[in-house]
Amino acid sequence: MSETVKQGAHKSYLEETGGRKGIFKWILSTDHKRIGLLYLYSIMTWFVIGVALGIMMKLELIAPGKTIMGAQAYNATFTVHGVIMIFLIVIPGLPAVFGNFLLPIQIGAKDVAFPKLNLFSWYIYVAGSILVVASLFAGGGPPDTGWTFYAPYSFKTGTNMLPAVVGAFVLGFSSILTGLNFLVTIHRLRAPGMTFMKMPVFPWTLYGTAWIQLLATPIVGITLLMVLGERIFNIGFFDPAKGGDPILYQHLFWIYSHPAVYIMILPAMGAISEIIPTFSRKTIFGYRFIVISTLAIAFVGYFVWGHHMFTSGMSGTALFTFSILTFIVAIPSAIKVFNWVATMHQGSILLKTPFMWAASFIFVFLIGGLTGLVLGALATNVHVHDTAFVVGHFHFIVFGGTGFAFFGAVHYWFPKIYGRMYDESWAKTGWLIFFIGYLALYGPMLYLGIKGMPRRYFDYLPEYHGPNILSSLGALVMVSGFLIILINLIRSARHGEKAEANPWGGTNLEWQISSPPSLENFDEIPTIDKATYKYD
Amino acid sequence: MYDISPENASNFVAGVDLAFVIILGVSVFFLVAITGVMIYFIRKYRRDKHPKAIQNEGSLKLELIWTIIPLLLVLVMFYFGWMGWKPMKTPPEDAMKVTAIARMWNFKFEYENGKLTDSLYVPVNQPVVLDLKALDVLHSLYIPAFRVKEDMVPGNIKQMWFIPGQVGSYDLFCTEYCGLDHSYMYTGVRVMAEEEFAEWMKDTTATAPAVDESMTPAQQGFEILKSNGCNACHSSDGSKLVGPSYRGIWGETQEVTTAGEKREITVDEEYIRRSIYDPNADIVDGFNKGLMLSYEGLVTEEEIDLIIEYIKSLDE
Repeated sequence: MSETVKQGAHKSYLEETGGRKGIFKWILSTDHKRIGLLYLYSIMTWFVIGVALGIMMKLELIAPGKTIMGAQAYNATFTVHGVIMIFLIVIPGLPAVFGNFLLPIQIGAKDVAFPKLNLFSWYIYVAGSILVVASLFAGGGPPDTGWTFYAPYSFKTGTNMLPAVVGAFVLGFSSILTGLNFLVTIHRLRAPGMTFMKMPVFPWTLYGTAWIQLLATPIVGITLLMVLGERIFNIGFFDPAKGGDPILYQHLFWIYSHPAVYIMILPAMGAISEIIPTFSRKTIFGYRFIVISTLAIAFVGYFVWGHHMFTSGMSGTALFTFSILTFIVAIPSAIKVFNWVATMHQGSILLKTPFMWAASFIFVFLIGGLTGLVLGALATNVHVHDTAFVVGHFHFIVFGGTGFAFFGAVHYWFPKIYGRMYDESWAKTGWLIFFIGYLALYGPMLYLGIKGMPRRYFDYLPEYHGPNILSSLGALVMVSGFLIILINLIRSARHGEKAEANPWGGTNLEWQISSPPSLENFDEIPTIDKATYKYD
Repeated sequence: MYDISPENASNFVAGVDLAFVIILGVSVFFLVAITGVMIYFIRKYRRDKHPKAIQNEGSLKLELIWTIIPLLLVLVMFYFGWMGWKPMKTPPEDAMKVTAIARMWNFKFEYENGKLTDSLYVPVNQPVVLDLKALDVLHSLYIPAFRVKEDMVPGNIKQMWFIPGQVGSYDLFCTEYCGLDHSYMYTGVRVMAEEEFAEWMKDTTATAPAVDESMTPAQQGFEILKSNGCNACHSSDGSKLVGPSYRGIWGETQEVTTAGEKREITVDEEYIRRSIYDPNADIVDGFNKGLMLSYEGLVTEEEIDLIIEYIKSLDE
């Protein structure tokens, strides 16, 4: 092990510019850590836009009738909010930012297998993002189809669909190449002695994710091409007037987009599996079962897409199968939750901000998972499908799950990335406000959905007013918390106290090297002789 | 379980709500139990109280327990979900037939005697089967109180059925996003006593467009536009919606595209008639093809004359 590496013995990767200046030391560098940060900054930029759009929707819904915008503007807002959040933020999210920064370090490598390809993936990501965002401003107005682009409406609307669809298509390549890069890195570049079963959980979850990125993303690519063919050449794949079938589109879309949910959540589970042992100062409980459940989720996740379509008229046999598989895919997630809580048992728990995010992650992820059971069962699904309940459910999973894990990860690895500490008390204040606002924002949606309020409604009947007020106010509280968190992080990256190499007492390789790491991470590739998460 | 409907609003309420109670009950139990245990651990094993962790790498016994018990529980949930849903699949043969027609952005209901309404009227305690027909894009018919929902897919007529159990009025929504006025695409279900329904059913003219002879032709024209949902896309004040406004066009020259060729036309009777019966023949510059469907069979020639009177009246 390289525990002898002293803080500041080498120039850090942030000081190592390769002779380039200004922005070029970022956009021309193939260092996996700089690329991770490029993703972090681009994703945070889009996230601020996505949040702003979300707030506009909540303000519109604070009262029945028109509040701050008309129906067309509202429809465009929820579409662009969805497209930005899903395709630009949550799907690349943890793998692109923390996967890039940490994967090579955690497995004892100097970089990913294909560093140039890695930088190229970021360029593709930026190109795709710009196309998506351009759809807002160019042509016949921002797209208004919802992020799912359901046929046949998506071929009929006069709004600016093409750039958004082409953008999503381009983004897919970034995802595929990142997945490929990580797979090869994990297979080929693990340090001597690091067998698969000695690998930390975060790289394991990246491994599961990478397979999904590689195998599922081409399907959405082809589907989006079909949408283009439909719009430009009027082919009629999905147009009943020409013998096509709109339901075919839904199948193709969800064959990718359901596994994509696991692209979003698996690395989040990985980050939580790093944070909890470190702050409990205890080895992770049931390592093997966490790893197996990761692979099980990645595998079974391919076969449940039909649960997005329970009311679209599939056969009873298909519904039976998709419903039962959906329940089965819940089990590996439950196993993880039990193991995380068991890791805390008899630990020595330090209540720092990353741990607060991890513990609140478990709570909101449970709500997300358990409401998923309501959606997995046929009778209850029919009632709440396409209502506010679904919107609440997936925000609990995707924002409560991935988002909370992301914020936890940012705080946890912040000292490693910048070599400085964030301000603990501001970070905790921000977390608390955010958490309270979050529950007030999404909790009422579950209730509204059970009461029958459909989703994607610009206006609603007066009987739904009360919970909508709470939800809108919750959004404002949550954003205040978010701003505190963001300002604290930006300020601390420049002015925070200097961090030690291992401020939390973590056991994985990233904590055995200096903060921030040197350009090549390790002077010598370490040899691994014991299991991960060993505290003795 | 919750107050959106009486327990017997339809024959499915009991089965669906039983599944809700079981799933939500188990879920709330686990949410509270797991969170409670976690908070207990966090308080009990805080570093200042418990400075040295006791290492424990796992336990096969525990892993089996928390795999098998949840597995059994979810299979139970699956079972109740399936049982609650199964009866929705096959309508009884003697059910009363109504065709539900969805278009951007209204519902129409057509009864076997040709009666056409904007809301759904059904008799209590009698099975009703709806043939679901979408004319343009996807819609979805949802009656929360009855716990039923089915997507309406163009080119594919599907069915949904239920037995209303209680006289009263209920909401009916479109729940599949369908464009601009999706959130205004709702109407109601009126469940009537049997005799009342039979009486109502006899009069096939009662819900025809409320054309009142005392109105001027232009006013009648406006009522016809209203009852066909035209005003969702066409304004009377000159503002551009999904389609062109009625105002400021009569007798004017318009740039249109006909079969790919640009040409100029004058807005006259012939043009208005064509725009209603064959709306994609001439597309006015700045608007999109394919959004409007023909109203042939829905709007009569005489009604079009009244609509023309209304359009003329706007520019007088």
